[in-house]
Amino acid sequence: MLRTPLHQKHQELGARLVEFAGYEMPLHYKGGINEEHLAVRSGAGVFDVSHMAEVRVSGPEATAFLAYATLNDPAKLKLGRGHYNMLPNESGGVIDDLYVYREGEDEYLVVANAANRQPVVTHLHRLAQGREVTVVDETDDWALIAVQGPSAALLLDRLVEPDLTEVKRNGTVDAEVSGVPVRLSRTGYTGEDGFEVFVRPADAEAVWDVVVSAGATPCGLGARDTLRLEAGFPLYGHELTERTNPLCTDFAWVVKDKPFFGREAMWGRDCGRRLVGIRMVDRAIPRQGYRVLDRDRNAVGEVSSGTLSPLTRESIGFAWVDVAHAEPGSRLWVEVRGRPMAAVVVKPPFHQR
Amino acid sequence: MRTPDDLRYAKTHEWARKDDDGTVVVGITDFAQDQLGDVVFVELPEVGRKVAKGDTVAVIESVKTASDIYAPMSGEVVAVNTALESRPETINESPYEEGWLFSLAPSSVAEYDELLDAQAYGSTLEEG
Repeated sequence: MLRTPLHQKHQELGARLVEFAGYEMPLHYKGGINEEHLAVRSGAGVFDVSHMAEVRVSGPEATAFLAYATLNDPAKLKLGRGHYNMLPNESGGVIDDLYVYREGEDEYLVVANAANRQPVVTHLHRLAQGREVTVVDETDDWALIAVQGPSAALLLDRLVEPDLTEVKRNGTVDAEVSGVPVRLSRTGYTGEDGFEVFVRPADAEAVWDVVVSAGATPCGLGARDTLRLEAGFPLYGHELTERTNPLCTDFAWVVKDKPFFGREAMWGRDCGRRLVGIRMVDRAIPRQGYRVLDRDRNAVGEVSSGTLSPLTRESIGFAWVDVAHAEPGSRLWVEVRGRPMAAVVVKPPFHQR
Repeated sequence: MRTPDDLRYAKTHEWARKDDDGTVVVGITDFAQDQLGDVVFVELPEVGRKVAKGDTVAVIESVKTASDIYAPMSGEVVAVNTALESRPETINESPYEEGWLFSLAPSSVAEYDELLDAQAYGSTLEEG
């Protein structure tokens, strides 16, 4: 297994380490997933997400290239800002969901899921053939630390010179933490305010140490998953796959009306199923792969993710269901260990009503 | 990792304790709760259910997964720990005491002796 530059820190903190996307990553630390989830919702948590992939796309045709290769429109991205985006395939599905940051007129940094590093890099290289675009896999050149929670901005603001209150959501700023250069991006995957900190691998431990000393609770991938689910964010490989059309989800806004790779297969298609949020009514936890049934026990969908929220103690999840059952308020049943358990369709986020 | 000497154990990480009235109380070991992580949900058997040794008798769900719990002995379920419905994390906090799962009226007392003692169970943990 691969290790991030922060591996030693995870060991020192007594993390339970698991394999994820080929990396040895902390599932949780001594406090456990519930405690970490709550720390992010009430204060500040710090996550090692250095396993994520970074790809630099640059050159005179970089903007036009990314406008074609992705669903959102990087031509509209201002300098120093990022946006949520997805990489379409040729059959109406997506290869990955990503963040794209504009670092220059013709220079972008694409941040992709660790598990999709190879497919994303290979695909971008292939599409870049014959264009004045350079695609460089910079994954090993970056460590990434996420600081998330209502206190995250305040915590980081005290460690850097620039006034972080001036940085808007999706904006970036260069600074120094503990004498070490970092780029802070006001983005995150938890539904809370916070920053993601891009730092050179050799400097990662220094940044981690000072953030933890300042009061952030170390959090692992377990809490990262419960937080993003509760906040209503999709996870590639669950809500989004090579076969799911983002136009059939609440993230359809990412898909801009412009020419893009695979548009033929994606645009203007009828959605047989839609991605919905579900909340269990009966006592059970929905899990990926569980069938979703109607009141006559016909299969009308499948759960893509599920968990029990450490915050609300409700069992929540996502499911792809036939459009006839996709309206919020619809009654559905999730088949849990052979028994139909009642659920209701809700519009995420789950923890704010 | 606690493995009390006065209990018996199954390889699948359940413990059993013979009470004075002849019933056998069952739970999961400290090792098992540590492996599971935060327990968020427990599905217990119905009182009155008859189980055979090795049957799946309960399910414990942690944040990430669901784990089957097996009957270490055959018998009839006479009591279940309903407190776990509102506080499933009790299993993590007190796996051998307050975190007990259910108790059985055993149909074969001999099966108790077939279970591993603390030392034998401890060795299985070392084998990994």
